[in-house]
Amino acid sequence: MSSAPETAVQESVDHLFRHHSGQMAAVLARIFGLSKLEVIEDAVQDALVTALKTWPYAGFPENPQAWLIQVSKNKLLDRIRRDRHTASLDTEIKAVEAATQSLSVADPIYFANEVGEDQLRMIFACCHPAIAKDAQVALTLKLVGGFAVTEIASAFLVRADAMARMLSRAKLKLREGGVELEIPDPAEIPARLDAVLKVLYLMFNEGYSATEGDELVRADLCQEAIRLCRLLTAHPVTGTPKTHALAALFFFQSARLSSRQDEAGDLLLLSEQDQSQWDRRALVQAMDHFRNSASGKELSDYHLEAEIAACHALAPNHSLTDWPRIVNCYDLLQERRYSPVVELNRIIAWSKVEGTAKGLDELERLSDRLSNYHLFQVAKAHFLAEIGQFGEASRAYEQALAIARNEPVRRFLRKKIAHIGQHSVT
Amino acid sequence: MAQYMLLLVEEPPDFSKFSPEGIQQLIAEYKNWRNRVAESGKLAGGAKLCDEGGKYLSGTGDDFRVTDGPFAEAKEILGGYFMIEAANYDEAVELARDCPHLKYGTRIEIREVQPT
Repeated sequence: MSSAPETAVQESVDHLFRHHSGQMAAVLARIFGLSKLEVIEDAVQDALVTALKTWPYAGFPENPQAWLIQVSKNKLLDRIRRDRHTASLDTEIKAVEAATQSLSVADPIYFANEVGEDQLRMIFACCHPAIAKDAQVALTLKLVGGFAVTEIASAFLVRADAMARMLSRAKLKLREGGVELEIPDPAEIPARLDAVLKVLYLMFNEGYSATEGDELVRADLCQEAIRLCRLLTAHPVTGTPKTHALAALFFFQSARLSSRQDEAGDLLLLSEQDQSQWDRRALVQAMDHFRNSASGKELSDYHLEAEIAACHALAPNHSLTDWPRIVNCYDLLQERRYSPVVELNRIIAWSKVEGTAKGLDELERLSDRLSNYHLFQVAKAHFLAEIGQFGEASRAYEQALAIARNEPVRRFLRKKIAHIGQHSVT
Repeated sequence: MAQYMLLLVEEPPDFSKFSPEGIQQLIAEYKNWRNRVAESGKLAGGAKLCDEGGKYLSGTGDDFRVTDGPFAEAKEILGGYFMIEAANYDEAVELARDCPHLKYGTRIEIREVQPT
């Protein structure tokens, strides 16, 4: 137990300031409007810096979240007073004071709900159709997640100034109006919620699948996607079966996050991973959401992907995995939207049922479309090695090595090639 | 046991570009040091001085003058202080040597408080 990996949930406690920063922005945006977004972000930063200058000396306040929201609100009022000298200011400030009466710190549960709702409104604004698709994930990370521009840039492997430009274009859209800060009407929910879930899906995948870039920030992306998805599941309007399916998928995946690499940081195949190392607490959460996802009529891609992840996570070991069920899920996914990459995964699962030789034949049908995809070559090499064609297998690994760009993957491939070399000699 | 004042000298850093994560990290380092000293019963107080404002006073009567300063752009200002208890300078230095101000500030000056 001592080496049990920490859960994503537990680690997220370590990012209090990021979370607080997103919460402050959401609360202030509700009170002052999205048009004030620029000064709101400055006020949030001011409040954090004030905390920095006070807390190390005077100790932590009893309720840091409430303290920060109160201080950032005052900082924002100061800025507005400084910028404006009109008579309307007094009425504006009175209106703000009235609106902030509801920030009742005395009732922590009510307070938490209120802040949670404010964050949901902000998520919907960041994923609004008026915001460019490729900016939505970054904007959500910035405004809701409290990530710094440099952190987002390093996660997406782009330059910080390019990321800053993309974000300021997106924020301009928010300030210009046309984007309401609201939880959409039930009639609009399906489409608007789909956009939000897609953004969280991309956020999680960005952190989960790539192995380049800043490792720590990437793990944080997964945690943030999980945190926001849980906010959505907890709300009556947004907690749909589909949202639960996505949450289940996230938790199943994160349960095996730390077992994907060995101690040297090298990649491990699913069959090489130590299942006893999978995070039990995350699995419990996953099962909970998985059960809740089954309550509606709708079957989404997330349901199917969660079910595949569940089959892997719940198998007592790799060879006892329920492969026919996984193949069935891939078939259903393919009917919904065909993709050669999903087909590759389907064939790998199918070969566990039908045998490696048949799998290899199936794989050849994809070679036109996928021969330049390194994982296609890896799968092919794996199959070839299994039926004893080590020379061919080695060539497929070499081809994968010629395509793969990132270092952990290249290390993995070189190790495989060396390993096969020993085989063909003995 | 004597009291020693740790005068925290710094060039005020620009925190406007610090990430929330970075700010939290910095606070945590100060807090951990402060707690360590407090738990050993050696912390007697501390405060941050505001980076903005400040006045110089001089003279008496007709010569009494007030001027603004030190300005935040000044190379080095007194940013704050911690008060600690120690048996002697050696122990005071030992307690202060891993204070995060040495990482984020310019330097620490230690002065023993004159016993009354």
